[in-house]
Amino acid sequence: MPLIVEKKPEVLITEDGIRTDGRGPLDLRPVKIQVGLLSRADGSAYLEWGGNRVLAAVFGPREVHPKHMTLPDRALLRCRYNMAPFSTPERKRPGPDRRSVELSKVIREALLPSIFLERYPGTAIDVFVEILRSDAGTRVAGVTAASLALADAGIEMRGLVTAVAVGRVGDWVVVDPNHDEDQWGDADIPVAFLMEEKEITLLQLDGPMTQEQFDKALELASQAADLIYEVQKEALRRPYEAVRLEILRRGE
Amino acid sequence: MLDERIAAELVGDYIRELAASGQRKDGRAFDEIREIKIRPGTFTKAEGEAWISLGATQVLVGVKADVGTPFPDTPDKGVLISNVELLPLASPTFEPGPPDENAIEMARVVDRALRGSNAIDMEALAIKSGELVYMIFLDMYALDHDGNIIDAFALGSLVALSRTRIPVVEVTEDGEMIVKEETFDLPLRDLPITFTFIKIGDALMLDPTLEEELVSDAAITISIDSSGRVCSIQKRHGSFRVDEIKRAVSIARSKYSEVEGILREQGGLV
Repeated sequence: MPLIVEKKPEVLITEDGIRTDGRGPLDLRPVKIQVGLLSRADGSAYLEWGGNRVLAAVFGPREVHPKHMTLPDRALLRCRYNMAPFSTPERKRPGPDRRSVELSKVIREALLPSIFLERYPGTAIDVFVEILRSDAGTRVAGVTAASLALADAGIEMRGLVTAVAVGRVGDWVVVDPNHDEDQWGDADIPVAFLMEEKEITLLQLDGPMTQEQFDKALELASQAADLIYEVQKEALRRPYEAVRLEILRRGE
Repeated sequence: MLDERIAAELVGDYIRELAASGQRKDGRAFDEIREIKIRPGTFTKAEGEAWISLGATQVLVGVKADVGTPFPDTPDKGVLISNVELLPLASPTFEPGPPDENAIEMARVVDRALRGSNAIDMEALAIKSGELVYMIFLDMYALDHDGNIIDAFALGSLVALSRTRIPVVEVTEDGEMIVKEETFDLPLRDLPITFTFIKIGDALMLDPTLEEELVSDAAITISIDSSGRVCSIQKRHGSFRVDEIKRAVSIARSKYSEVEGILREQGGLV
């Protein structure tokens, strides 16, 4: 029996476009990223996005187990999206369910085009995405963190993948739907971009949209991704910047 | 995986030699615990939580509360369920899947330390005798494995439990359940602290790193309650002499107030 009873807000978005968390339609929730915080993983990233908390780690390139999964001409990319039992208002039973299996697949396919897999034949690259706290948009937070963990692991890539969701609430197209909008909104569209070429590597849609609304949604997703991309690059630079400053300091 | 064991093999002789001359690779004394740090912030949707590190080892513990029917033999007591997940992101040797024997052992050892010290007032978690009680889910998540995850889990559990606030639930006369806005502190009566030792040759070392764990001949985990009593023990791999176990218990008792002090200092115990 859940101890938390959710109530639907009376108004999801006002006539002036003010959302339940006070944001305007185009505003993102705050995004904070830390790269390389895990010692055992080859690459890692921790991401706070609104109320979401996501940890991504990469192992590899490494030996493939079981061996028969080995690909002779390229690396095998594997991905596991998992929600912690304490990530939801009501405790989630540990272990994979149908949703997490699907998300693992779409996240893997969102990252796949960004990696030069052919440079690592016969190996495995394992990506683990752990949702520690969920607050709408965990898959896009997961993709955004995972791409950084891959970069942190030193895997050769075409570029970073950045993901963001857009949604529809009544007549409004909104960027980065919050929990209320995710729960009671009219449409939800997670999108991931390979930022170098602005190729779309993840796209899902849930809920009806007119052609006009859909076009606008993609446009807004692209603009929002540009902003998140900057936060990603800054996070990736930060640990190396510390090293650079340390070298300069010692040189003096 | 293989690489970890090969690395242990390579560094093993060095660690053994050091141990024989009273030293450790990271320069610690045998009875010295690595730095304990509680990461500030909110990381989960749990009613109580702690992200804690012990040297490079990091764990996240979340306490979720729910209500359910009590066990038939304890109709007036709440239910505690402890679970460990050794996440594959914490170590190249951890594989996805249901908890293996190591994970289950760790969960049960932490659970026994809490029960053995009567740390949680289980009677205070009954709502309606035989019908409705609070269920406390203690979920321990390994994030980064550099040895002695079990002590990190035990410390993290203590901090998470001491921070746990649960919504008040009442049952009306016609049996209807009401979840109130107000909350109460999870009733903690004791603070058991867990100490893990390994044996390398004749050396008894507290809080082993992963390298030390991998070359160790034996391991034992001992929990001490706030009045200095032993409240749980788990001999893990290998074997100890009686005098070694007595020595380990005595070291654990002497370390209790130091560790409790560190947790308090960092605001870990509310």
